[in-house]
Amino acid sequence: MIEATGLNKRYGSTVAVDGLTFSVPPGQVTGFLGPNGAGKSTTMRLILGLDAPTAGIVTVAGRLYRSLRRPLLTVGALLDARAVHGGRSARDHLLAIALSNGIARGRVRDVLELVGLQRVAGTRAGGFSLGMLQRLGIAAALLGDPPVLMFDEPVNGLDPDGVLWIRTLLKALAAEGRTVFLSSHLMSEMSQTADRLIIIGRGSLIAQGTLAEVLSSGSPATVRVRSPDAVQLGVLLDRRGAAVHTQPDGSLQITGTSAEHVGEIARAHGLALQELSIQQTSLEDRYMELTRDAVDYRSDEHRTEPVS
Amino acid sequence: MTAPVRVPDQHVGSLRRLGDVLSSETCKLRSVRFTAWALLAAIASNVGLAALLAVFLPGALSPHDKATIDTTRVSLGGLHLSQVACGLLGVLAISSEYTSGLIRTTFSAVPDRCLVLAAKTLVLAAAVAIVTTASCLAAYFSFELLLTEHHLRTSLADPGVLRAVLGGGFYLTAVALLGLGLGAALRSSAGATATLLGLLLIPPLLLELLPNSWKTAATPYTPLQAGSAIVSTRQDPGSLGPWGGFGLFCAYALLALAAGFILIRRRDA
Repeated sequence: MIEATGLNKRYGSTVAVDGLTFSVPPGQVTGFLGPNGAGKSTTMRLILGLDAPTAGIVTVAGRLYRSLRRPLLTVGALLDARAVHGGRSARDHLLAIALSNGIARGRVRDVLELVGLQRVAGTRAGGFSLGMLQRLGIAAALLGDPPVLMFDEPVNGLDPDGVLWIRTLLKALAAEGRTVFLSSHLMSEMSQTADRLIIIGRGSLIAQGTLAEVLSSGSPATVRVRSPDAVQLGVLLDRRGAAVHTQPDGSLQITGTSAEHVGEIARAHGLALQELSIQQTSLEDRYMELTRDAVDYRSDEHRTEPVS
Repeated sequence: MTAPVRVPDQHVGSLRRLGDVLSSETCKLRSVRFTAWALLAAIASNVGLAALLAVFLPGALSPHDKATIDTTRVSLGGLHLSQVACGLLGVLAISSEYTSGLIRTTFSAVPDRCLVLAAKTLVLAAAVAIVTTASCLAAYFSFELLLTEHHLRTSLADPGVLRAVLGGGFYLTAVALLGLGLGAALRSSAGATATLLGLLLIPPLLLELLPNSWKTAATPYTPLQAGSAIVSTRQDPGSLGPWGGFGLFCAYALLALAAGFILIRRRDA
């Protein structure tokens, strides 16, 4: 369980995290989502006591991180997979971390096996690919068999096999009752892994809840109609209070009514329909919609309506 | 699968934690090649230069030089080079963690940052002290062994000789700690290395610009002069004496370490 209350972090005049309040429950994978520069990594550093918050507090398992004497038995974290000494072997890298928290040496071999690095355990980490470094970082996070796990962008640089491996691992860890908190700037990745989402932009909370909650809080579903009598149908719907937009291809995008209702009106007036469908908002669209105003860097091309 | 040892968090005493962090830092120092290279370079420089000087120096000395020369100090001539290796080892013991980002892993494993720096200080000091003191003794003995002019020889029992030889190890250990302090305070390998070399090499050059009387008064207080006083068996008039000079050098190193301890606590990692 991770709980943040009114978390605030300024670097000079830059506000990196602005009054964040959220909680990450155990037994689920919680995705921490936001555009680049939204404050995800800063928040994770605040959780780990690496940066001191300007205001607010964050606790892990009910305690301030800095008060933990053997923190790795409570929290395992992977912030930056590249943060290793290139001249040190994978085994010694893990051993140095394990020793600092009084974790038995045998555990190093176990986690190396768990992430599939046992054959390169004696190899210097400087020669590792990013994918291997991600595995090494995950091994380090698992050393203390902790109830809380945090990963910053864990699938970056992984091949499809590696991505699938991490997803399976994260879900399994959550199923064991652990708190799993992972950040990403990609909704597509989260929609396949996370049970819950916390979305931030420019340091502030935008939304939090289960996937379904985040999705349903968005703009209502639209109904799409293609009809040779589109103009007539449009006028009829408009009169009944629905918002009708004629698309360049002649089809209608209708909000404020249901597909059933559109169908009934068409039948009652003898109008032919070539297509009647519900356009469900995807998580990706919902994410774009939520973070539209919170993106620091975006190309102008992107500023127009997202292609769905 | 072996489960990690679980001792309830609050039951882990301070001494136990220090032991954990010491073994972790020992593992770190031992497991990078640079440590072995730096210490080997220090040994090679100490012993190698002593041997070279023993063979070639006597021929180059005038009778007057031979009467006044401090041969013990000459036998430790390798310190000029080995101090760079030891200082660099001290700098990199912490700055390499900052440049790679590993310091965040270290501080999330041990949130008590002063404990980390204290453990690094102890482990580095022990490793450097053992290796350099032994190599200074080896340097002295090889010098004596290869010296053909018997009347230039000294013995460890002569006044100040044992102190000077062991002092070579103390001096190199203090240089390593000065490097560690600078590395912790500055966080950058290049910046801390440049500062360390600057502190040792620049003051004598700057003093050349001063009037002679000022220069004479200030010279004993420069880090290199103060620190190396401990390896002399003949004191120049106006010098701080072997222990006074070395004490001042230790104060410089402690100042750098104190800056490291203060900044490491206050800064975001």
